[in-house]
Amino acid sequence: MTSLPGSIWREGAVGATSNLRFMSLELVESDVLQRTIDEALRRGGEFAEVFVEDRRTSSAMLDQRRVEELTSGRDRGAGIRVVVGETTGFAHTADLSEKGLRDAATAAASVAREGGGGVREVALGALRRFPSSAAIEPGDVDKARKIELLLHADDVARSEGSSITQVQVALGDSTRRFIVANSEGVFASDHQVRTRFNVACVATGDSGMQTGYRPVAATRGFELLNPAVVEAAARGAARQAITKLEARPAPSGDLPVVLASGSGGILFHEACGHGLEADAIMKQASVYAGKVGQQVASPLVTLVDDGTVAGEWGYLAIDDEGHESSRNVLIENGVLTDYMWDYLRSRKEGRHVSANGRRQSYQYLPMVRMTNTYLLEGDSDADEIVAQTPYGVYVAQLGGGQVNTATGDFVFGMTAAFLIENGRITAPLRDCNLIGNGPEILRRVDAVAKDFSMMPGTCGKDGQQVPVGCGQATMRLSAITIGGAAA
Amino acid sequence: MSQLLERAERLLDSAKGAEEIEIYISSGVETEVRAYQGEIENLSSASSSGIGIRVLRDGPGGAQVGTAWAGSLDEESIHDALREARENVRFASEDEFVAFARPDGVEPAALSLSDESVLTTPLDDKIAMAIELERRVREGDARIRQVDSANYSDYVAEAAVVSSMGIRAAYSRSGAFLSVEAIASDGHDDQTGWGLSAARAPSGLDLDVAASDAVTRATGMLGAVKPSTMKCAAVFDPRTAATLLAIIGGALSGDAVVRGRSFFANRVGELVASPLFSLLDDPTDPRHFAASSHDGEGLACRRNVLIKHGRLQAFVYDTYSARRAGTSSTGSALRGGIAGSPSAGCRALQLAPGEEDQAAILRNVGFGVFVQSLMGVHSGVNPISGDFSVGVTGLMIRDGELAEPVRELTVASTLQRMLLDLCHVGNDVEWLPGSAAGQTLAIEGIAVSGS
Repeated sequence: MTSLPGSIWREGAVGATSNLRFMSLELVESDVLQRTIDEALRRGGEFAEVFVEDRRTSSAMLDQRRVEELTSGRDRGAGIRVVVGETTGFAHTADLSEKGLRDAATAAASVAREGGGGVREVALGALRRFPSSAAIEPGDVDKARKIELLLHADDVARSEGSSITQVQVALGDSTRRFIVANSEGVFASDHQVRTRFNVACVATGDSGMQTGYRPVAATRGFELLNPAVVEAAARGAARQAITKLEARPAPSGDLPVVLASGSGGILFHEACGHGLEADAIMKQASVYAGKVGQQVASPLVTLVDDGTVAGEWGYLAIDDEGHESSRNVLIENGVLTDYMWDYLRSRKEGRHVSANGRRQSYQYLPMVRMTNTYLLEGDSDADEIVAQTPYGVYVAQLGGGQVNTATGDFVFGMTAAFLIENGRITAPLRDCNLIGNGPEILRRVDAVAKDFSMMPGTCGKDGQQVPVGCGQATMRLSAITIGGAAA
Repeated sequence: MSQLLERAERLLDSAKGAEEIEIYISSGVETEVRAYQGEIENLSSASSSGIGIRVLRDGPGGAQVGTAWAGSLDEESIHDALREARENVRFASEDEFVAFARPDGVEPAALSLSDESVLTTPLDDKIAMAIELERRVREGDARIRQVDSANYSDYVAEAAVVSSMGIRAAYSRSGAFLSVEAIASDGHDDQTGWGLSAARAPSGLDLDVAASDAVTRATGMLGAVKPSTMKCAAVFDPRTAATLLAIIGGALSGDAVVRGRSFFANRVGELVASPLFSLLDDPTDPRHFAASSHDGEGLACRRNVLIKHGRLQAFVYDTYSARRAGTSSTGSALRGGIAGSPSAGCRALQLAPGEEDQAAILRNVGFGVFVQSLMGVHSGVNPISGDFSVGVTGLMIRDGELAEPVRELTVASTLQRMLLDLCHVGNDVEWLPGSAAGQTLAIEGIAVSGS
């Protein structure tokens, strides 16, 4: 399941730093980590891992020109897991003293019920340290500058028209430092800085209220934001809301659909992304299990998951299991080439480490997760794709989606869309979901353009939220079911 | 007296000069077991605690508020959070409506929502329940091909809210849950079904309910087809009806109303729903899983009538939204954990039960779609405009009875329209986890999109 960042941020899941100074460089000394792993293995575990995290977040919200709230937060602690056979034990603690870590290690090791593993010495080498993703650390930015940006966005949004009755602007940043060490010698640390800015507008007219929303988000520091970026988001959100005041109910039934570049990537995130995650595959809970080497999509589809795209919302130097991120081709010219893996499953299956092991925080076990998932460009022209569609729907922005990996059925919701009539974009349409079955829809991709772009999103799975990117160029599906209310 | 309450009260002494302070402090323990193929797949045990601090200062144009939180309760973290909250105050706008809650004399309901047996039940018993749940689902029907997650989980949590305005509240809650997802197969088609049992303590859980729900739903979907596009009645089962009610509850939040983000704004006294529709939010009803003695600002929760026989009566308010609306708090502040500031919302919605059971409703509806699961609620429902479009799995209703299973369809309307088009309310109330109880509901004139 994914959604544009705003829907998650309203719950306060992401926030970010402030002008606090960082504590000492190391969160926990390496000899303490080493003894903690030893303790975790003492009852016979085969694999043990300590993940220590310190996250600072800050956010500011402007509503109707009132700076309603500046919030700062800090969360730090450690998650420890121990693997014995097919069983994983996990415990987490906010107490980073050696005793706190040892108690958590003992709790995690309690799944090793037979005991008697004997003493195993784990040697951690030098720490591999990855640099900050920020040029300007959020903590070094005066809060007054952040407020100026919020107010500026509000001004710009309101100047778009008197029908704009409500403007909400939010800015947040998070600085997440972690160290991960395991019994196989992985010992690495990362410093992930993320910044996001979003504008939500309500326009009011005779037909009621309509909404517009634009997110800007990247794995970067405050350098992401400047007046031009903020203005574009504000203008985009306001215009979207105003345009939708004239919107008619979307059609129902099957129609050709053109997805504009960027957020259309949510289609692939849902139609096959989750179904290509190794946990679903190993449990035979995905329609893509056992299909490597088979044609699963139109030949126009080459799909990549790539944690290495610097600055993108799903960028990682290392994943949360300590492995360097990589670019993994999942589908090549329509043929399924590989799945996404976490470390333990890839080791068990003898596959390469794809570095897709991610966790929301130290309080969660890592899972197989996407990073930046995108469709490679094709060679059509975006305008021509529309011109060659006699009747259909043009989706300018998607808001999120959801999938059942076992059946392949998925939905994704359009938050800005128009009718296409005689090859031209015409009347705006009200919000609705589109529904399809992954393996069927992937075969219906019949045109891909060259105007590639990416969009940030928040992906939820088993109760854990992580930042992801998705992207594609303008593309067309020959048919998909539009879930509108029009007869 | 709760230790948390004592701890929070001590922190109030650090208030400086004219500032006011509010402290929200919470702690909890939880266990989670996932079984797979007769073994433990994951076993997690954890305790966590944290603090949220709000600092308020009065100025000529109103008060300013700043907030900060920390995910641990050591002195250094608390000290840092307090300093950050004080700094954040300076950047907030002065706002005449900003204020902390003041004690309003309403007595909190005496509720017993925390069961110690969550803590005293041996871990081995909890593990055994997860493993047994998986076994019962696997053996529940020959067509069950896989059980990809069979879970036992529980928690005990307590929280305290105190403020320099005299607020002093402590409350606790426990929960135990079984949840399971089954995959059924008939050789060429896979379908899934999800089962749940929820209680305040492990002894209240029902393995058979969770297991048979998952098995019945998964096998019942085998052979599902995509229906044709049409307009017809939709009958929502209690689970999906609860989701609908929770969405409607969002638009009844005073916070959404004063911010111009609710389609119910300025409509108190008007007919907004069918006369069959009477909705209240009552966290003092202990049958409700989300019952609570106090709200997120430490005021007593109370019974609020929101819609009566279709007529809009009132909204729920926290202190801020109430002041902006010129009324007083209804004890409805929600808090999303330590990091979330209070905002108004429904906690325990219930719809007045109707006369009919589910079978009678199906008989009276005659033809339509019976909705068993929803997909894409976050992506296809716009709670501000009211546009509603969700993916559905379920069964056709033909000649007043459940017929063939259907999948890959959406049902669409607007929330405003659906409230008016409601035609049957069931008497089969289910008390589910989440912010709403549910019962069978029938709504006419829904757009079904299929092939």
